[in-house]
Amino acid sequence: MSIATAHESEAAATHEQRALGFWLYLMSDAVIFALLFATYVIMVNNTAGGPAGRDLFDLRNAGIETALLLVSSTTFGFASLASKTGNRGAVIAWLVVTFVLGAGFVFLELREFAGMIAAGAGPDRSGFLSAFFTLVGTHGLHVSMGLAWIVVLCGQVMLKGLSVPVVSRLFRLGLFWHFLDIAWVGIFSIVYLPGLL
Amino acid sequence: MGVGTALLAGACDLRQAAVIDPKGPIALAQRDLLFDAFVVMMVVVVPVIILTLAFAWRYRRTNTSATYAPKWAESVRLDTFVWIVPALIVVAVAVLVWRSTHKLDPYRPIASSVPPLEVQVVAQDWKWLFIYPEQGVAAVNQLAFPNGRPVSLRITSDTVMNSFYVPQLAGQIYAMAGMQTRLQLLADQPGKFVGRNSMYSGGGFSDQHFEVVSLTPGEFDAWVAKAKQAPAKLDAASYAALAAKSRRNPIAFYSAVEPKLFDSIIAKYTHDHAAPAAAPRR
Amino acid sequence: MFGRLTIEALPLYSAIAAGGAAVTVGGALLVAIVITWLGAWRYLWTDWLTSVDHKRIGIMYIVLALIMLLRGFVDAIMMRAQQAMALDSGGYLPPEHFDQIFSSHGTIMIFFMAMPFMTGLINIIVPLQIGTRDVAFPFLNSLSLWLTASGAGLVMVSLVIGKFSTAGWTGYPPYSGAEANPGVGVDYWIWAILISGVGSTLSGINFVVTILKRRAPGMTLMRMTPFTWTALCSSVLMIFAFPALTVACALLALDRLFGMHFFTNAHGGNMMNYPNLFWIWGHPEVYILILPAFGIFSEVVATFARKRLFGYESLVYATASIAILSFTVWLHHFFTMGSSPNVNAFFGITTMIIAVPTGVKVFNWLLTMYRGRIDFHPSMAWTVGFMVTFVIGGMTGVLLAIPSADFLMHNTTFLVAHFHNMIIPGVLFGYLAGYMYWFPKAFGFALDRKWGLASFWCWMIGFYLAFMPLYLLGFKGMPRRMEQYNDPSWQPYLMVAAAGAAVVLLGIACLAIQLIVSIRDRRKTADVTGDPFDGRTLEWATASPPPAYNFAVLPEVGDREPFLDMKERGTAYRRPTAYEDIHLPKNSPVGVIVGLMAGVMGFALIWYIWWLAAVCGLVMWIALIARSSDDDAEFRLSAAEVKQIEDARYRRIGSRA
Repeated sequence: MSIATAHESEAAATHEQRALGFWLYLMSDAVIFALLFATYVIMVNNTAGGPAGRDLFDLRNAGIETALLLVSSTTFGFASLASKTGNRGAVIAWLVVTFVLGAGFVFLELREFAGMIAAGAGPDRSGFLSAFFTLVGTHGLHVSMGLAWIVVLCGQVMLKGLSVPVVSRLFRLGLFWHFLDIAWVGIFSIVYLPGLL
Repeated sequence: MGVGTALLAGACDLRQAAVIDPKGPIALAQRDLLFDAFVVMMVVVVPVIILTLAFAWRYRRTNTSATYAPKWAESVRLDTFVWIVPALIVVAVAVLVWRSTHKLDPYRPIASSVPPLEVQVVAQDWKWLFIYPEQGVAAVNQLAFPNGRPVSLRITSDTVMNSFYVPQLAGQIYAMAGMQTRLQLLADQPGKFVGRNSMYSGGGFSDQHFEVVSLTPGEFDAWVAKAKQAPAKLDAASYAALAAKSRRNPIAFYSAVEPKLFDSIIAKYTHDHAAPAAAPRR
Repeated sequence: MFGRLTIEALPLYSAIAAGGAAVTVGGALLVAIVITWLGAWRYLWTDWLTSVDHKRIGIMYIVLALIMLLRGFVDAIMMRAQQAMALDSGGYLPPEHFDQIFSSHGTIMIFFMAMPFMTGLINIIVPLQIGTRDVAFPFLNSLSLWLTASGAGLVMVSLVIGKFSTAGWTGYPPYSGAEANPGVGVDYWIWAILISGVGSTLSGINFVVTILKRRAPGMTLMRMTPFTWTALCSSVLMIFAFPALTVACALLALDRLFGMHFFTNAHGGNMMNYPNLFWIWGHPEVYILILPAFGIFSEVVATFARKRLFGYESLVYATASIAILSFTVWLHHFFTMGSSPNVNAFFGITTMIIAVPTGVKVFNWLLTMYRGRIDFHPSMAWTVGFMVTFVIGGMTGVLLAIPSADFLMHNTTFLVAHFHNMIIPGVLFGYLAGYMYWFPKAFGFALDRKWGLASFWCWMIGFYLAFMPLYLLGFKGMPRRMEQYNDPSWQPYLMVAAAGAAVVLLGIACLAIQLIVSIRDRRKTADVTGDPFDGRTLEWATASPPPAYNFAVLPEVGDREPFLDMKERGTAYRRPTAYEDIHLPKNSPVGVIVGLMAGVMGFALIWYIWWLAAVCGLVMWIALIARSSDDDAEFRLSAAEVKQIEDARYRRIGSRA
């Protein structure tokens, strides 16, 4: 085998191993979310005489957040496609759009949290609210980490171009971003909808 | 000889051990479960120990007369045997488990011609309060009842998680704030037994034992009468004083108990719930 | 500025506590002085602390484990001494000191002795056994090590500044909550576990990818060694179980830090969730620990009985089923919490079922010994000791798995005896067997046999003396975790148990002497060929210690016992015709930095020094981002350099080209 192809297959093997490793990390994260979901479901009625979901949740807000995240997954998909054709500018542009949408999501969520806390419905009010803030907040924290990662990756694309390691990192960020989307669909379905139906 | 004496002394001592020599039908049934399972397990344990030592000895390197078969590593027959025998033992014990767990459910009242004596138990730091709703008295660190009559306990905690444990009569169950757990016990004969907390709950944990007394019906009536003459009464104020952290509380009595005190202790933690408290079972 | 940290945090309130602090600080200073005197700081930093080589990382894990074994054992001896004395008296310990000791004993032994010991052994040996150069993620490997060390560091610091938890190694709320325990103790426990737990999860990911993706050509899954199989199953368990522990501790931390109500008595808290979350991790955890020990026993028996392992496929299926079933039994840790009989019975039955594959393994080891030719190397002694003792523990486990019987025995010393009866002969004997078996591979010289056997006998006798009385005390109704007691009939048993602990102390002393004597005699026992025991698996095909790249040319595997196969065909030790350049990962300080920052951040969170926590968090983040942007993380060893190293080895062995 020539040195060049040996290197290529080594690089491919590295990418495969990193992808598998990242999937495994996502599975461990999925277990965390699953347990937080279970905790929430068990504690959903533990309102300790305080407000319940139907008193607090704003379906419109949750709907907008959902839209922002789902669209951001699409825009990230465009970034991924652009990376395959080597289009640096498009990758960065789509990443920026994804960032803005994600940041919008985080902003709305923080606003929702602040509003609830100001109304005396903070995480220390009841078991139900502790579970709510922790489940939704953990997801929001993950999204924020994702936003930071987008910034770093944009920087890498600008400085190093669409090299093999950079594209493989973009792939893993994509896994992360889409995974958070799925987790949000779960949150919308298990937290917000039942609270309001 | 010293070792022999020690072993003999140990054996005599163990014959009276709480689990070996129970004083009530529940603990007796639980003990018998242990013995039955132990016997079944010996079918596996004894051969394994003997064979291990035997093989270690026989196939030691210096014993060149033993057969040496370095490549023999598969045998479908042996493999099957080795999966099936433990599986059969497990099936046998599993049946035992299913039946006994249902029969000895601590929430299930003991079948008896006599109605049970209801006692409410509150775990505190670091003592136990026993409320007798029928008799209208309460006692600290002493649980008295007539022998031959089942005792139906409702248990809660006014502090951290505890575990109400009377090894000679009934085993244990956790005591948790805001919730009620149940335990049934019955003593065959009059006698005095030890009760403890078996869940570490802080500095006074080691001292958190209480006296369990099984009395003849006449003695029990006298006990209730004695309690009714205690100057202290259990109301909100005296309860709060009792619940403060203390250790080695001497046995004490209250001649009257505020109605629904037990329920209010539970409600203290759950009253603000819109929905019923997250209890294991009612 | 310093949060709630004040001078009162120093343990000057008791001579014993002050003594513990003095030993800790003194020990650390002594180590620092010795390193300075040897002028070895630079060497330590460049060759060890920043290393990403799996063999070095593995050795450092084991060093950590052995130090923590000492620390955890000091706790054990202090407890046994206290209980032997404390009849109707406070014993010799100040009040509630005993409670810190039983909590730190369990925490240290599980998280900072057993886990690192296992991770270290897997690290050193598995890549060699599967014929690869390193694990899949060498940098993450270093990070895992330093996160674990950082957690251990926090536990040690709690001896000097503040107190440790008194809530046991399990930390059940509401006792561990802010209302009952507002002090720093429980916080030390939480952060030590959370930080090292991240390390363990990362290790699990690392090992799974390594084993699935980096095996040598020809090594199918069913040709892997038993140790590698058990490492794989353990690692899968780590990935899926540790998140439960993270959630349990994180929710407890949220309750304590932010006044939330996950587990509080009032305001809608539900304390029953905690034992569920904790034991969903906790039960798989004990299998995480024992499976690799089973793997070690499988290999030791085959090697020292000089016979092919019996029933390999059976063993593999048994291992995999144990791994899966380990997630179905967790409720047996709290039958007494009041679940319905259907629920209790279900979990009792699943617990029975998991005993079946375990039993299968025991029989397979027995049948491997059958018609073998057994050499009683200490590792074989540990194995035989394990086989006879572990079954007793297994039996008592089956007894406890009957819910109604458990009502009698739960939280008594019977339970304590049971789980030590699993962990000591199972986990510890296994790891010690592995340590003595693979030591020559890691260091190039063997451990002294005589002192190894002496250690084994002391541990065996000490174990029985220390724990059989505890079974009997359980029958007498003695609860666990008692600082003092009032029943005089308990004392003779506790005195025997204390004597047992003293015998185990002798066993530990023998381990230390064994190490010293072996280092002293290392030239006499040097392992020249790399194969001191006529081994059967690939790790023995490398030099002792192996070069950084393990194999100059990756081997082709045609059999389940590849090295024995090579020796029988005459292809072992054959010099390759040509060498190629080898790329190896560069060392990195980032693992050390992040680990250190994690520890300091934990300390800051414990003492409410918010600005410090934020600074550490930021530094960690920057370091990790810098590292992840680094595309120049490898260096090249030229073919000529490789040839030089290999030629030197073949010269030593004296083999022909």
